[in-house]
Amino acid sequence: MHPSPPGAAAPSAHPQPKSPRDLFVSFTWLALQGFGGVLAIVQREMVEKKRWLTPEQFLEDWAVAQVMPGPNVINLALMIGDRYFGLRGAVAAVAGMLAIPLVVILVLAVLYAHYAANPQVAAALRGMGAVSGGLIAATGVKLIPQLRKHPLGFATCLAFVALVFGAIALFKLPLGWVLLAVGGVACAWTWRRIAA
Amino acid sequence: MSQMTIAMQWHDWLALFGQYLLLSLLSISGAITTVPDMHRYLVTQHGWLTDAQFSSSVAIAQAAPGPNVLFVALMGWNVGLNAGGGIGAGPGAWLLGFFGLLVTMVGIMLPSTTLTYLATRWGHRNRDRRGVRAFKQGMAPVVVGLLIATGWVLAAGNHAGDAPAWHLWLLTAVAALIVWRTRIHLLWLLGAGALLGAVGFV
Repeated sequence: MHPSPPGAAAPSAHPQPKSPRDLFVSFTWLALQGFGGVLAIVQREMVEKKRWLTPEQFLEDWAVAQVMPGPNVINLALMIGDRYFGLRGAVAAVAGMLAIPLVVILVLAVLYAHYAANPQVAAALRGMGAVSGGLIAATGVKLIPQLRKHPLGFATCLAFVALVFGAIALFKLPLGWVLLAVGGVACAWTWRRIAA
Repeated sequence: MSQMTIAMQWHDWLALFGQYLLLSLLSISGAITTVPDMHRYLVTQHGWLTDAQFSSSVAIAQAAPGPNVLFVALMGWNVGLNAGGGIGAGPGAWLLGFFGLLVTMVGIMLPSTTLTYLATRWGHRNRDRRGVRAFKQGMAPVVVGLLIATGWVLAAGNHAGDAPAWHLWLLTAVAALIVWRTRIHLLWLLGAGALLGAVGFV
Protein backbone atom coordinates (compact mmCIF):
# COMPACT_ATOMS: atom_id res chain seq x y z
CA MET A 1 0.00 0.00 0.00
CA HIS A 2 1.24 3.49 -0.71
CA PRO A 3 1.27 5.91 2.21
CA SER A 4 0.26 8.88 0.09
CA PRO A 5 0.35 10.12 -3.48
CA PRO A 6 3.87 10.42 -4.91
CA GLY A 7 5.57 13.56 -3.78
CA ALA A 8 3.45 14.08 -0.69
CA ALA A 9 5.51 11.63 1.37
CA ALA A 10 8.54 12.90 3.20
CA PRO A 11 11.26 12.14 0.63
CA SER A 12 13.25 9.28 2.13
CA ALA A 13 13.68 10.89 5.52
CA HIS A 14 14.12 7.40 6.96
CA PRO A 15 16.18 4.42 5.78
CA GLN A 16 14.92 2.33 2.88
CA PRO A 17 15.57 -1.16 1.56
CA LYS A 18 18.35 -1.03 -1.03
CA SER A 19 16.94 -3.55 -3.53
CA PRO A 20 14.40 -6.36 -3.90
CA ARG A 21 17.24 -8.64 -2.90
CA ASP A 22 17.63 -6.65 0.32
CA LEU A 23 13.89 -7.09 0.92
CA PHE A 24 14.12 -10.83 0.33
CA VAL A 25 17.04 -11.30 2.72
CA SER A 26 15.52 -9.01 5.36
CA PHE A 27 12.18 -10.78 5.35
CA THR A 28 13.78 -14.22 5.33
CA TRP A 29 15.81 -13.27 8.41
CA LEU A 30 12.74 -11.80 10.04
CA ALA A 31 10.59 -14.86 9.37
CA LEU A 32 13.22 -17.23 10.74
CA GLN A 33 13.14 -15.39 14.08
CA GLY A 34 9.38 -15.68 14.39
CA PHE A 35 8.57 -18.70 16.48
CA GLY A 36 4.83 -18.90 17.14
CA GLY A 37 4.00 -15.85 15.06
CA VAL A 38 5.92 -13.19 13.20
CA LEU A 39 4.04 -9.97 13.95
CA ALA A 40 6.05 -8.95 17.00
CA ILE A 41 9.27 -9.54 15.05
CA VAL A 42 8.03 -7.42 12.11
CA GLN A 43 7.42 -4.54 14.47
CA ARG A 44 10.84 -4.85 16.10
CA GLU A 45 12.81 -5.20 12.85
CA MET A 46 10.93 -2.88 10.49
CA VAL A 47 10.16 -0.07 12.93
CA GLU A 48 12.81 -0.20 15.64
CA LYS A 49 15.89 -1.67 13.97
CA LYS A 50 15.75 -0.95 10.24
CA ARG A 51 13.34 1.97 10.56
CA TRP A 52 11.84 1.37 7.14
CA LEU A 53 8.48 2.27 8.72
CA THR A 54 7.49 4.88 11.28
CA PRO A 55 5.31 3.58 14.14
CA GLU A 56 2.36 5.44 12.61
CA GLN A 57 2.89 3.85 9.21
CA PHE A 58 3.20 0.47 10.86
CA LEU A 59 -0.12 0.81 12.69
CA GLU A 60 -1.94 1.99 9.60
CA ASP A 61 -0.43 -0.72 7.39
CA TRP A 62 -1.21 -3.34 10.00
CA ALA A 63 -4.87 -2.33 10.18
CA VAL A 64 -5.20 -2.70 6.44
CA ALA A 65 -3.22 -5.95 6.36
CA GLN A 66 -5.62 -7.33 8.95
CA VAL A 67 -8.80 -6.31 7.22
CA MET A 68 -7.73 -7.72 3.87
CA PRO A 69 -8.17 -11.47 3.41
CA GLY A 70 -5.05 -13.59 3.60
CA PRO A 71 -2.28 -14.11 6.14
CA ASN A 72 -1.71 -10.77 7.89
CA VAL A 73 2.05 -10.74 7.98
CA ILE A 74 2.21 -11.82 4.34
CA ASN A 75 -0.09 -8.93 3.43
CA LEU A 76 2.11 -6.59 5.43
CA ALA A 77 5.28 -7.80 3.68
CA LEU A 78 3.51 -7.41 0.34
CA MET A 79 2.57 -3.82 1.14
CA ILE A 80 6.05 -2.85 2.32
CA GLY A 81 7.73 -4.48 -0.69
CA ASP A 82 5.28 -2.85 -3.08
CA ARG A 83 5.87 0.58 -1.61
CA TYR A 84 9.58 0.58 -2.42
CA PHE A 85 9.94 -1.53 -5.56
CA GLY A 86 6.43 -2.11 -6.90
CA LEU A 87 5.46 -5.61 -7.91
CA ARG A 88 9.07 -6.84 -7.88
CA GLY A 89 9.45 -5.67 -4.31
CA ALA A 90 6.16 -7.23 -3.26
CA VAL A 91 7.15 -10.59 -4.73
CA ALA A 92 10.61 -10.41 -3.18
CA ALA A 93 9.25 -9.64 0.29
CA VAL A 94 6.59 -12.38 0.19
CA ALA A 95 9.06 -14.91 -1.21
CA GLY A 96 11.43 -14.01 1.62
CA MET A 97 8.72 -14.66 4.17
CA LEU A 98 7.90 -18.09 2.75
CA ALA A 99 10.79 -19.79 0.92
CA ILE A 100 13.31 -20.71 3.60
CA PRO A 101 10.74 -21.20 6.41
CA LEU A 102 8.93 -23.61 4.10
CA VAL A 103 12.09 -25.72 3.79
CA VAL A 104 12.54 -25.67 7.56
CA ILE A 105 8.98 -26.75 8.23
CA LEU A 106 9.17 -29.60 5.72
CA VAL A 107 12.31 -30.90 7.37
CA LEU A 108 10.49 -30.80 10.71
CA ALA A 109 7.47 -32.60 9.23
CA VAL A 110 9.65 -35.36 7.76
CA LEU A 111 11.50 -35.75 11.05
CA TYR A 112 8.17 -35.90 12.81
CA ALA A 113 6.77 -38.52 10.43
CA HIS A 114 9.88 -40.60 11.05
CA TYR A 115 9.35 -40.57 14.79
CA ALA A 116 5.55 -40.43 14.83
CA ALA A 117 5.26 -44.12 15.61
CA ASN A 118 6.96 -43.40 18.92
CA PRO A 119 4.07 -42.91 21.36
CA GLN A 120 6.00 -40.31 23.34
CA VAL A 121 6.51 -38.16 20.26
CA ALA A 122 2.84 -38.46 19.38
CA ALA A 123 1.90 -37.56 22.97
CA ALA A 124 4.30 -34.60 22.96
CA LEU A 125 2.68 -33.26 19.82
CA ARG A 126 -0.76 -33.83 21.31
CA GLY A 127 0.33 -31.69 24.25
CA MET A 128 1.59 -28.99 21.89
CA GLY A 129 -1.67 -29.18 19.95
CA ALA A 130 -3.69 -28.61 23.11
CA VAL A 131 -1.48 -25.63 23.96
CA SER A 132 -1.67 -24.08 20.50
CA GLY A 133 -5.46 -24.27 20.62
CA GLY A 134 -5.26 -22.29 23.84
CA LEU A 135 -2.84 -19.77 22.30
CA ILE A 136 -5.17 -18.97 19.43
CA ALA A 137 -8.29 -18.77 21.57
CA ALA A 138 -6.46 -16.39 23.92
CA THR A 139 -5.50 -14.17 20.98
CA GLY A 140 -9.21 -13.76 20.37
CA VAL A 141 -10.03 -13.19 24.05
CA LYS A 142 -7.33 -10.51 24.24
CA LEU A 143 -9.09 -8.54 21.50
CA ILE A 144 -12.42 -8.43 23.36
CA PRO A 145 -11.62 -5.20 25.31
CA GLN A 146 -11.09 -3.42 21.94
CA LEU A 147 -14.80 -3.94 21.29
CA ARG A 148 -15.77 -1.62 24.14
CA LYS A 149 -15.33 1.40 21.87
CA HIS A 150 -17.31 -0.22 19.06
CA PRO A 151 -20.18 1.77 17.50
CA LEU A 152 -22.57 -1.15 18.03
CA GLY A 153 -21.97 -1.18 21.77
CA PHE A 154 -20.17 -3.78 23.83
CA ALA A 155 -23.13 -6.07 24.52
CA THR A 156 -24.13 -6.33 20.87
CA CYS A 157 -20.51 -7.09 19.94
CA LEU A 158 -20.37 -9.88 22.53
CA ALA A 159 -23.56 -11.32 21.07
CA PHE A 160 -21.91 -11.36 17.62
CA VAL A 161 -18.82 -13.04 19.09
CA ALA A 162 -20.99 -15.72 20.71
CA LEU A 163 -23.02 -16.18 17.52
CA VAL A 164 -19.92 -16.75 15.37
CA PHE A 165 -18.38 -19.05 17.97
CA GLY A 166 -21.53 -21.15 18.18
CA ALA A 167 -22.00 -21.36 14.42
CA ILE A 168 -18.40 -22.40 13.72
CA ALA A 169 -17.25 -24.34 16.80
CA LEU A 170 -20.48 -26.01 17.94
CA PHE A 171 -22.66 -26.29 14.84
CA LYS A 172 -19.77 -26.54 12.37
CA LEU A 173 -21.42 -24.44 9.69
CA PRO A 174 -19.39 -23.56 6.59
CA LEU A 175 -17.32 -20.42 7.11
CA GLY A 176 -18.44 -18.72 3.89
CA TRP A 177 -22.09 -18.65 4.87
CA VAL A 178 -21.33 -17.54 8.42
CA LEU A 179 -19.14 -14.67 7.18
CA LEU A 180 -21.69 -13.65 4.62
CA ALA A 181 -24.67 -13.76 6.98
CA VAL A 182 -23.23 -12.63 10.33
CA GLY A 183 -20.50 -10.41 8.84
CA GLY A 184 -22.99 -8.85 6.44
CA VAL A 185 -25.43 -7.99 9.23
CA ALA A 186 -22.62 -6.67 11.46
CA CYS A 187 -21.22 -4.43 8.70
CA ALA A 188 -24.64 -3.13 7.61
CA TRP A 189 -25.60 -2.40 11.21
CA THR A 190 -22.31 -0.62 11.82
CA TRP A 191 -22.81 1.38 8.63
CA ARG A 192 -26.12 2.66 9.97
CA ARG A 193 -24.58 3.59 13.32
CA ILE A 194 -21.60 5.61 12.10
CA ALA A 195 -21.89 9.08 10.59
CA ALA A 196 -21.19 9.51 6.92
CA MET B 1 0.42 -41.45 14.22
CA SER B 2 -1.76 -43.26 11.79
CA GLN B 3 -0.88 -42.90 8.17
CA MET B 4 -3.75 -43.57 5.88
CA THR B 5 -4.03 -44.25 2.19
CA ILE B 6 -6.55 -42.42 0.10
CA ALA B 7 -7.36 -42.27 -3.59
CA MET B 8 -7.20 -38.82 -5.16
CA GLN B 9 -8.56 -38.33 -8.67
CA TRP B 10 -7.74 -35.25 -10.70
CA HIS B 11 -11.12 -33.75 -9.88
CA ASP B 12 -10.38 -34.23 -6.18
CA TRP B 13 -7.20 -32.17 -6.55
CA LEU B 14 -9.18 -29.56 -8.45
CA ALA B 15 -11.81 -29.47 -5.71
CA LEU B 16 -9.07 -29.11 -3.08
CA PHE B 17 -7.51 -26.25 -5.05
CA GLY B 18 -10.90 -24.57 -5.45
CA GLN B 19 -11.64 -24.90 -1.75
CA TYR B 20 -8.36 -23.19 -0.84
CA LEU B 21 -8.93 -20.44 -3.41
CA LEU B 22 -12.25 -19.80 -1.68
CA LEU B 23 -10.79 -20.00 1.84
CA SER B 24 -8.12 -17.50 0.79
CA LEU B 25 -10.80 -14.90 0.14
CA LEU B 26 -12.58 -15.78 3.39
CA SER B 27 -9.48 -15.60 5.58
CA ILE B 28 -10.21 -12.19 7.03
CA SER B 29 -7.75 -11.55 9.86
CA GLY B 30 -5.45 -14.39 8.92
CA ALA B 31 -5.43 -17.89 7.51
CA ILE B 32 -5.74 -19.33 11.01
CA THR B 33 -9.39 -18.28 11.20
CA THR B 34 -10.20 -20.70 8.36
CA VAL B 35 -8.85 -23.68 10.31
CA PRO B 36 -12.31 -24.85 11.44
CA ASP B 37 -13.48 -24.87 7.85
CA MET B 38 -10.37 -26.73 6.68
CA HIS B 39 -11.07 -29.31 9.36
CA ARG B 40 -14.67 -29.64 8.24
CA TYR B 41 -13.56 -30.06 4.62
CA LEU B 42 -10.43 -32.22 4.91
CA VAL B 43 -11.21 -34.43 7.89
CA THR B 44 -14.98 -34.60 8.37
CA GLN B 45 -16.31 -34.29 4.84
CA HIS B 46 -13.66 -35.96 2.65
CA GLY B 47 -11.54 -37.97 5.06
CA TRP B 48 -8.33 -36.93 3.29
CA LEU B 49 -6.53 -36.31 6.59
CA THR B 50 -6.79 -37.93 10.00
CA ASP B 51 -7.56 -35.76 13.00
CA ALA B 52 -4.03 -36.38 14.24
CA GLN B 53 -2.47 -35.33 10.93
CA PHE B 54 -4.61 -32.23 10.92
CA SER B 55 -3.71 -31.01 14.38
CA SER B 56 -0.06 -31.99 14.05
CA SER B 57 0.16 -29.86 10.89
CA VAL B 58 -1.00 -26.86 12.87
CA ALA B 59 1.12 -27.70 15.92
CA ILE B 60 4.33 -28.15 13.90
CA ALA B 61 3.75 -24.86 12.07
CA GLN B 62 3.15 -23.10 15.39
CA ALA B 63 6.35 -24.46 16.84
CA ALA B 64 8.47 -23.76 13.75
CA PRO B 65 9.77 -20.34 12.76
CA GLY B 66 7.98 -18.43 10.03
CA PRO B 67 4.46 -17.24 9.37
CA ASN B 68 1.71 -19.48 10.72
CA VAL B 69 0.17 -19.85 7.26
CA LEU B 70 2.72 -22.58 6.59
CA PHE B 71 0.38 -25.03 8.34
CA VAL B 72 -1.51 -24.94 5.04
CA ALA B 73 1.58 -26.26 3.24
CA LEU B 74 1.79 -29.15 5.70
CA MET B 75 -1.86 -30.04 5.19
CA GLY B 76 -1.32 -30.24 1.42
CA TRP B 77 1.88 -32.20 1.97
CA ASN B 78 0.02 -34.71 4.15
CA VAL B 79 -2.87 -35.10 1.71
CA GLY B 80 -0.31 -35.82 -1.04
CA LEU B 81 1.52 -38.33 1.13
CA ASN B 82 -1.73 -40.10 1.97
CA ALA B 83 -2.59 -40.24 -1.73
CA GLY B 84 0.84 -41.70 -2.44
CA GLY B 85 0.58 -44.42 0.20
CA GLY B 86 2.48 -42.72 3.03
CA ILE B 87 5.93 -41.27 3.54
CA GLY B 88 7.55 -44.69 3.47
CA ALA B 89 6.23 -45.42 -0.02
CA GLY B 90 9.15 -43.77 -1.77
CA PRO B 91 9.74 -40.98 -4.32
CA GLY B 92 6.24 -41.18 -5.81
CA ALA B 93 4.66 -40.35 -2.47
CA TRP B 94 7.14 -37.50 -1.93
CA LEU B 95 6.32 -36.06 -5.34
CA LEU B 96 2.61 -36.20 -4.54
CA GLY B 97 3.41 -34.56 -1.22
CA PHE B 98 5.11 -31.65 -2.99
CA PHE B 99 2.23 -31.48 -5.43
CA GLY B 100 -0.28 -31.31 -2.58
CA LEU B 101 1.81 -28.62 -0.91
CA LEU B 102 1.78 -26.59 -4.12
CA VAL B 103 -1.97 -27.00 -4.56
CA THR B 104 -2.88 -25.77 -1.07
CA MET B 105 -0.24 -23.03 -0.78
CA VAL B 106 -0.90 -21.48 -4.19
CA GLY B 107 -4.61 -21.79 -3.48
CA ILE B 108 -4.46 -20.03 -0.11
CA MET B 109 -2.04 -17.32 -1.32
CA LEU B 110 -3.05 -16.35 -4.84
CA PRO B 111 -6.48 -14.71 -4.43
CA SER B 112 -5.70 -12.92 -1.18
CA THR B 113 -2.34 -11.50 -2.26
CA THR B 114 -3.73 -10.37 -5.61
CA LEU B 115 -6.69 -8.74 -3.93
CA THR B 116 -4.53 -7.11 -1.26
CA TYR B 117 -2.11 -5.84 -3.88
CA LEU B 118 -4.89 -4.25 -5.90
CA ALA B 119 -7.12 -3.06 -3.09
CA THR B 120 -4.74 -1.55 -0.54
CA ARG B 121 -4.09 1.53 -2.63
CA TRP B 122 -7.79 2.11 -3.12
CA GLY B 123 -8.63 1.34 0.51
CA HIS B 124 -6.00 3.71 1.79
CA ARG B 125 -7.14 6.53 -0.46
CA ASN B 126 -10.73 5.97 0.67
CA ARG B 127 -10.10 5.16 4.31
CA ASP B 128 -12.46 7.91 5.51
CA ARG B 129 -15.40 6.60 3.50
CA ARG B 130 -18.35 5.37 5.51
CA GLY B 131 -18.41 2.02 3.68
CA VAL B 132 -14.72 1.32 4.32
CA ARG B 133 -15.02 2.18 8.01
CA ALA B 134 -18.23 0.16 8.38
CA PHE B 135 -16.48 -2.88 6.90
CA LYS B 136 -13.38 -2.56 9.09
CA GLN B 137 -15.36 -2.02 12.29
CA GLY B 138 -18.24 -4.34 11.51
CA MET B 139 -15.93 -7.28 10.95
CA ALA B 140 -14.17 -6.79 14.31
CA PRO B 141 -16.54 -8.84 16.54
CA VAL B 142 -16.82 -11.50 13.82
CA VAL B 143 -13.05 -11.86 13.72
CA VAL B 144 -12.86 -12.20 17.51
CA GLY B 145 -15.52 -14.93 17.48
CA LEU B 146 -13.67 -16.74 14.70
CA LEU B 147 -10.39 -16.75 16.60
CA ILE B 148 -11.96 -18.23 19.73
CA ALA B 149 -13.79 -20.85 17.63
CA THR B 150 -10.51 -21.75 15.93
CA GLY B 151 -8.83 -22.39 19.27
CA TRP B 152 -11.78 -24.54 20.30
CA VAL B 153 -11.74 -26.66 17.13
CA LEU B 154 -7.98 -27.17 17.35
CA ALA B 155 -8.16 -28.21 20.97
CA ALA B 156 -11.08 -30.56 20.31
CA GLY B 157 -9.18 -32.21 17.43
CA ASN B 158 -6.64 -33.60 19.88
CA HIS B 159 -9.19 -35.81 21.55
CA ALA B 160 -8.95 -39.28 20.11
CA GLY B 161 -11.99 -41.51 20.31
CA ASP B 162 -15.27 -40.65 21.98
CA ALA B 163 -14.19 -39.84 25.49
CA PRO B 164 -13.12 -36.22 25.80
CA ALA B 165 -10.01 -36.08 27.94
CA TRP B 166 -10.42 -33.53 30.72
CA HIS B 167 -6.68 -33.07 31.19
CA LEU B 168 -6.27 -32.01 27.53
CA TRP B 169 -8.98 -29.40 27.98
CA LEU B 170 -7.33 -28.33 31.22
CA LEU B 171 -4.02 -27.87 29.42
CA THR B 172 -5.73 -25.82 26.69
CA ALA B 173 -7.51 -23.66 29.23
CA VAL B 174 -4.39 -23.05 31.32
CA ALA B 175 -2.38 -22.16 28.19
CA ALA B 176 -5.10 -19.72 27.12
CA LEU B 177 -5.18 -18.18 30.59
CA ILE B 178 -1.39 -17.71 30.64
CA VAL B 179 -1.31 -16.12 27.18
CA TRP B 180 -4.17 -13.87 28.10
CA ARG B 181 -2.68 -12.70 31.39
CA THR B 182 1.09 -12.70 30.85
CA ARG B 183 3.63 -11.80 28.19
CA ILE B 184 5.58 -15.04 28.42
CA HIS B 185 7.20 -16.20 25.16
CA LEU B 186 4.90 -18.63 23.33
CA LEU B 187 7.73 -21.07 22.77
CA TRP B 188 7.94 -21.80 26.50
CA LEU B 189 4.27 -22.76 26.52
CA LEU B 190 4.58 -25.02 23.49
CA GLY B 191 7.64 -26.61 25.09
CA ALA B 192 5.72 -27.18 28.30
CA GLY B 193 2.90 -28.77 26.33
CA ALA B 194 5.33 -31.11 24.58
CA LEU B 195 6.93 -32.03 27.90
CA LEU B 196 3.59 -32.72 29.60
CA GLY B 197 2.68 -34.90 26.63
CA ALA B 198 5.95 -36.79 26.64
CA VAL B 199 5.74 -37.61 30.34
CA GLY B 200 2.24 -38.96 29.88
CA PHE B 201 0.08 -36.24 31.40
CA VAL B 202 -2.01 -35.82 28.27
